[in-house]
Amino acid sequence: MMNNPTQPDLIHPGHVACPGCGAAIAMKLALRVMGPKTMVVIPACCWGVIAGPYPQSSLKVPVLQTAFATAGAAAGGLRAALDMRGDAETVVMAWAGDGGTFDIGLQSLSGAVERNDNILYVCYDNEAYMNTGVQRSSSTPYGTRTTTTPGSGWKRSRKKNIVEILAAHRIAYAATASIAFPEDMMRKFEKARQMNRGSRFLHVYATCPTGWGIASDKSIHIARLAVQCNMFPLYEVENGMAYTLNYQGKEAVGAYLKAQRRFRHLSKDDIGHVQAMVDEDWDLLMQKVSR
Amino acid sequence: MDPNIKFIQGNEVCVEAALYAGLNFFAGYPITPSTEIAEHLAQKLPEQGGKFIQMEDEIASMAAIIGASLTGKKVMTATSGPGFSLMQEALGYAIMTEIPCVIVNVMRGGPSTGLPTSVGQGDVMQARWGTHGDHGIIALTASNHQDVFSITIDAFNLAETYRTPVILLFDEVVGHMREKLVVPEPGEIPIVERLRTSVKGGVDYHPYLPREDGRLPMSDFGGVHRYNVTGLYHDMWGFPSNNPSVVQGLHRHLNDKITNNVNQISRYKEYYLEDAECILISYGSAARSALHVVQERRPRGEKLGLLELQTLWPFPYQMIKEKCENAKSIAVVELNAGQVLRAVKRAVNDPEKVFLANRIDGVFITPVDIRNMLRFVQGRGA
Repeated sequence: MMNNPTQPDLIHPGHVACPGCGAAIAMKLALRVMGPKTMVVIPACCWGVIAGPYPQSSLKVPVLQTAFATAGAAAGGLRAALDMRGDAETVVMAWAGDGGTFDIGLQSLSGAVERNDNILYVCYDNEAYMNTGVQRSSSTPYGTRTTTTPGSGWKRSRKKNIVEILAAHRIAYAATASIAFPEDMMRKFEKARQMNRGSRFLHVYATCPTGWGIASDKSIHIARLAVQCNMFPLYEVENGMAYTLNYQGKEAVGAYLKAQRRFRHLSKDDIGHVQAMVDEDWDLLMQKVSR
Repeated sequence: MDPNIKFIQGNEVCVEAALYAGLNFFAGYPITPSTEIAEHLAQKLPEQGGKFIQMEDEIASMAAIIGASLTGKKVMTATSGPGFSLMQEALGYAIMTEIPCVIVNVMRGGPSTGLPTSVGQGDVMQARWGTHGDHGIIALTASNHQDVFSITIDAFNLAETYRTPVILLFDEVVGHMREKLVVPEPGEIPIVERLRTSVKGGVDYHPYLPREDGRLPMSDFGGVHRYNVTGLYHDMWGFPSNNPSVVQGLHRHLNDKITNNVNQISRYKEYYLEDAECILISYGSAARSALHVVQERRPRGEKLGLLELQTLWPFPYQMIKEKCENAKSIAVVELNAGQVLRAVKRAVNDPEKVFLANRIDGVFITPVDIRNMLRFVQGRGA
């Protein structure tokens, strides 16, 4: 693992995330790579709380907590001003949840990466609005129950494919990463850090025990299953064209779905439908990888 | 137990009342402390054949309810400060195009992200002037669950009557507090249905030509009449116009239809005003503490009264002037730096006798806070 033992973690212990929070694990690993010359831009999201009140203000780097819809724009503004100041070393890292990336923040993100602003934008994806108590987002997968897709009204639309949206902007680097594959994830952060030119995007799978209905000690286990069943494939896209697959999943989706309360209501047919969608997405990805 | 008696949160009361008033379309976006409204409607609206949509942000929420209302539905969205800020442009669009809709703002501490889980009443002026340009607006509030129920229905009725957005300015305490609600029987509270045009299809229809009484009969969009809707100044057909007389006429109409009907729109409650030497003026959750002070001090001979405002906009200047004529002092009790205070000072003969009793620290104002301030006003020291 690319883990420098002389580099102390840039996240304090005793933060206010829920036990087993994937987003907290993701930040810890990310900052080990990014180092102290990093500015973090956080819109409204769980991390707005986790980076919370003194003495639990958990990050040892400068944090700009910005309005919900503005992570991309705020990061772009910081970058431009750092450039004017002659500071090319500091990396500006936007760190937003799926709501702040897929939904309300998409316009701001698209604007920033179309301008090719020199930022690293990280979406930690827990697949719903967890900070307000589990409402669906456009990242919530097909089949999920949330408080705004309750009962038999569970979500019937697909999860938005955010990496493809970013790849379509032809940015230098877009990739997925998972807290269950820390070496792979930290390698991607290192790659994005070293590029230090133009827009880079990392889509990080971040388990939410509270919102998904799993035990907190299953956080990594579930994240691993998601990759192994190809619900969340690990891959990289350079310049919107060159696709690299990092892991070949071989499992069926059943075990992944059945392990979580948010999917407990799904029938055998429903699970078959999810499998068909995953297979379809996988085939499409393989076409791009082998192109 | 009587199924009509409920012990629920204020946000749920708002949901019950909206459904009672005929709500059949809701578009919204999660935000504390209003999220329960969306969550309950996500469950209840589909059960009743209505439509719930979770949007990608508050700009979209506001735009979606405008479209749905134009096609004939009774619509609502719910939010809090930051979301209300994002809604302002489309709110102005609804004012300009005269599309009925109800916007709930469960107020929290602001500005910006502010205090998401704490109470505040700092959006009173935003409700009045948040969107740009001269305009009339209706904003209502309530302090207890029975009143939240009836004022929510009023909001729908006024939106239909005046073809305007109506803002419900609740606050975090009212929204999250649980207390008893007795749900009225169907028909017990009158419901205003949409005034639809009697003009037949194929006949020249003027969607923006008010009747003599100022009301504007609607035609469900996409129905028998083809017409144009725009946020530009527009003529009686709804087509854009910069003809000065058309512009001035519409400008006047948009303002006058609200301000000329202050007495019809104004709702308030009064306690012991007849002989009151000191009048508390309050609204929303803060009025609960104000009422407690009045009820506690009256038996001790203090001539205290309470005027609880339920209509904040259009502001009832004349009513307040009359009610306060004989008072020696007036204390405005609110959870901001003095937004209604300033309006009250403009209303009364002697603005020097109006004082502020407030908290701006995210903590709910208590009767003790108000009493301490009254001692100061009455020259008895803090």
